[in-house]
Amino acid sequence: MERDLARIALFAALIAALGLVPQITLGFGVPITAQTLGVMLAGAVLGAWRGAAAAGLLLLLVALGLPLLSGGRGGLGVFVGPTAGFALGFPVAAFATGLFVEHVRLRSAGLTAGLGAVFGGILILYLLGATGLSIVIDKPLAEAFRLVAVFIPGDLLKAVITGLLVQALAQARPQALDWYRGGAAAGARRL
Amino acid sequence: MISLTSPVETRAHGWPAGAKLAALCLASTGLFLTDSLGLHLTALALVLVLYAAPGRVFFTAGMRHLRVVLPFVALLAIWHLITAELHAGVLIVLRMVVLVALANLVTMTTRLSEMTDLVHRLTAPLRRLGLPVHLLETAIPLVIRFIPVLVARAETLAEAWRARSRRRPGWRLIFPLMLHALDEADHVGEALRARGGPLGHTRPE
Repeated sequence: MERDLARIALFAALIAALGLVPQITLGFGVPITAQTLGVMLAGAVLGAWRGAAAAGLLLLLVALGLPLLSGGRGGLGVFVGPTAGFALGFPVAAFATGLFVEHVRLRSAGLTAGLGAVFGGILILYLLGATGLSIVIDKPLAEAFRLVAVFIPGDLLKAVITGLLVQALAQARPQALDWYRGGAAAGARRL
Repeated sequence: MISLTSPVETRAHGWPAGAKLAALCLASTGLFLTDSLGLHLTALALVLVLYAAPGRVFFTAGMRHLRVVLPFVALLAIWHLITAELHAGVLIVLRMVVLVALANLVTMTTRLSEMTDLVHRLTAPLRRLGLPVHLLETAIPLVIRFIPVLVARAETLAEAWRARSRRRPGWRLIFPLMLHALDEADHVGEALRARGGPLGHTRPE
C-alpha cells in the first residue's frame, strides 16, 4: 500500500517534471512538451486506477495554485479556460490507457503500451479536450476538433515513445509492470 | 516550488478561501446563464478594477497569467470577423477572459496552506464515507517535494548527455528519469512503511 502511494506521488511528480524541463521537449521545428507523454506513461506503467490517481493528484496540485502544467500554467483558471477539457481529461486518459494495457494481451509489452497510449492519450483525451474547447468557445464539436487536430501528429509520436519506453522497462524492470505477464514470470523465476 | 499566490499582500488574502471559491462558482455560473453584453462588460470592468486595486505589480502579474488565453482570443476574433457574427464573438471572448481572470484572481490571493486546508475540509464527507482521502495528506507533500528532485535529476542527465554528444538529448532522457522515479518510489514506500505508514491512519477524526 505504501509502495502504491509512493508510486502514484512519484508519477504525479514525473508528469509535472516532463512538462517543466526544457531539455526534454520533443522538437521537430516546433517544440512539443512531454507532459501528455507523462500521462500516457502513468497509465501504461501504473495501470488504470493508479495511473488515474497520479494524473488526478497532479491536477489537484494545479488547482491549489502550483504552476505545474507545461509552460508554467496553473491555478484555478486552467479549469475554466479553453484547454480545460484536456487538463480534466488527463486522469481519464491515464485510466483508459491503463485499462487497455490491463485487458489487451499482445506479445510485446511495448506494442500494448503504444496502442494503449493511442487509445487513452489520443482518442479519449482529444474527445474530452475538443468537447471542453467547444463549450468554452461556443462552437460545434466538429469545429473544435479541427482546431486541436494539428496536435495529433505530435501525440502519435508520444504514443510511439511510450511504447518504446515501456518495452525497455519490460526488459530492465519487468517487476515494475504489474500487468505484464512476462514480468510476473520473470519475478517468480528470480525468487 | 513557487506557488502562483501573489507576494503582493492584498485585502483578499485575508478572506476565507471557501468564500472566495464559492463566489467564483456563483460568478462563473451566472456568466454562463446570461447572454447580455452589458452584464459581461460590467463584469470585465469589475475584474479589471479588482486586478488594478492592489497596485501595478499585482496588475502586471495578473495580466501575465492571462496571456495563455490570447491565442484563443485572436482565433475567435478572426473567426467572427469572417462569419460576421460580431455580437456573439464579443460575448464569447468576454466570457472566456472574465472566467479565467476571476479564477486566477482566487489563486493569486489564496495561500497554498489555506487551499490545502480547504481540500481537507471539503474531503471530510468523503472520509466519513470510508474513502481513503487521508492519503492525500501524505501524497501532496510527497509530490511537491519530488518535483524539484526529478527536475534536478533530468538536468543532471541532460548535462551528462551533452558531455558525450552534440545532438539534443530530447526523449532519450525520459527512460533513465522514469527508472529513477520508480526506484525512488520503492525507497519512499519502504521509508513510509518503516515510519508506520501514511499520515492520518490512526488519528481519530
